[in-house]
Amino acid sequence: MLKVTDLHVNYGGIKAVKGISFEVPDGEVVTLIGANGAGKSTTLKTIAGLIKPSAGTIEFNGEDITGKNTTDIVRMGITLVPEGRRIFPDLTVLENLKIGAYLRNDDIKEDINWVYGIFPRLKEREWQEGGTLSGGEQQMLAVARALMSRPKLMMMDEPSLGLSPIFVNEIFKVINTIRARGVTILLIEQNANMALRTADYGYVMDTGEITIAGTGEELSGNEQVKKAYLGG
Amino acid sequence: MKMVLTAFIGNASFCSIFQSLAAFFKTNLPYILAGISVGGQYALIAIGYTMVYGILRLVNFAHGDVFMTAGLICFYLSLVTPLYVSLPLTAAFTVLLGFTIEKVAYKPLRDAPRTSAMISALGMSYLIQNLALYITGGLSKQYPQIPFISRSVTIAGATTKMVTIITPPLVIILVAALVALIKYTKIGMAMRSVADDFDTSRLMGIKIDKVISMTFIIGTFLASIGSMLYFTNYTAIVPTSGAMPGLKAFVAAVFGGIGSIPGAVIGAFIIGICENIIKGLGWTTFSDAFTFALLIMVLIFMPSGLFGEKKTDKV
Repeated sequence: MLKVTDLHVNYGGIKAVKGISFEVPDGEVVTLIGANGAGKSTTLKTIAGLIKPSAGTIEFNGEDITGKNTTDIVRMGITLVPEGRRIFPDLTVLENLKIGAYLRNDDIKEDINWVYGIFPRLKEREWQEGGTLSGGEQQMLAVARALMSRPKLMMMDEPSLGLSPIFVNEIFKVINTIRARGVTILLIEQNANMALRTADYGYVMDTGEITIAGTGEELSGNEQVKKAYLGG
Repeated sequence: MKMVLTAFIGNASFCSIFQSLAAFFKTNLPYILAGISVGGQYALIAIGYTMVYGILRLVNFAHGDVFMTAGLICFYLSLVTPLYVSLPLTAAFTVLLGFTIEKVAYKPLRDAPRTSAMISALGMSYLIQNLALYITGGLSKQYPQIPFISRSVTIAGATTKMVTIITPPLVIILVAALVALIKYTKIGMAMRSVADDFDTSRLMGIKIDKVISMTFIIGTFLASIGSMLYFTNYTAIVPTSGAMPGLKAFVAAVFGGIGSIPGAVIGAFIIGICENIIKGLGWTTFSDAFTFALLIMVLIFMPSGLFGEKKTDKV
């Protein structure tokens, strides 16, 4: 579904991504793990069109989307749940969901009910401003908002960051629910343990390069990965 | 007994306050009317400041000059076309000017530090003033008489122009329409989300440049309406005619809490009224000083204004 070939990105004056290639097959969960500053977020932002790559190609369902603007990329069915949730604090929960469906002109009632089904708490807080939600609720809202665009590919940047263990479990449960609906997922995580358990395939990124690749199981068993990212 | 007495005294003093208030209103009615009117005109300018600030965190210093240019456009158009053509065309050209300023002076600086855009705005302001000076040759131009609103009327013994009566309801209608647009429409929701966060708005598929242009279009449209009302009262247009009303509208926006539309409107009315009551009290020399003293007080004692965002920068 998504094919990244030899991607180079310069960001903030540094070479953040130095020629990475990877694929996200249809219907699967793929994870990029790695330390802070490895270039994971930059990779996702580049795919979403927020940053322009300096070299390389990004293909989505066979179409070259390299350097396209974000609006066109979102319209094609790619969405990004940004790092730090970034919900709109002054918009109500319902408005946050509606803005997630900004490019759609069809009826979104069904989708709203669907995401309320996944996140019942959001329904309870429908009229509250986004900024008044707790961190975990904001993360749920960010995911729900992304789902409102009916994405084919959902990219998630550190969805478990700063959440309590209960919410972390919840988020990974939700990832499975979303995938069961046929949405392909590209996941960035610091919580490598959980990410590898959930993912079909994973890549380890280190200072802008992909160093190791393998199925979730393989990576979980890899000595190097264990040492560096799984805490022994 | 004691209670009755205090109630009686309270009532009596209430009566006398009421009476002196009534007397005050009676003698100052023309000034209060003028204040409400000019306040409404400041409000129409102030909305442009506050909306642009809300979305770009930029004080658009050229806004007052766009307001002046609207006056000049109307003057030149009315030389060649009847008013029913030149007024709508004035609004259209003013909007075009606002739109172009954003594209030329602010859009290229979108990712630059905020100060750069601020300096660009100052430059734009002087550019417009000097172009106006060049075109008009520095001579003051007489704003055309718009028949209905420049007619004289008398209310409770105070003679004024029709525009005084028309301004407040017109402002309220325009503001209500604007607030409804921002609150209930899709573009309004997009404006609020762009004001919150550019990148995340992009991720929703919003074309932020379009939303920003829309903000300038609305702001300059309202300023053009404001110019029609304002110059009907103060008919001489010179290149610096926009500076003072522009500054006062800016103070109104800060006073109301910059970024807040109702705040800007209420701030503008308060400034307009106070300024004119001060004139009524015979302290005309100090009426401008009052406005700027107010700015300093607001900045020191309540920097977020009447309705401004209290929260600190987003994390």
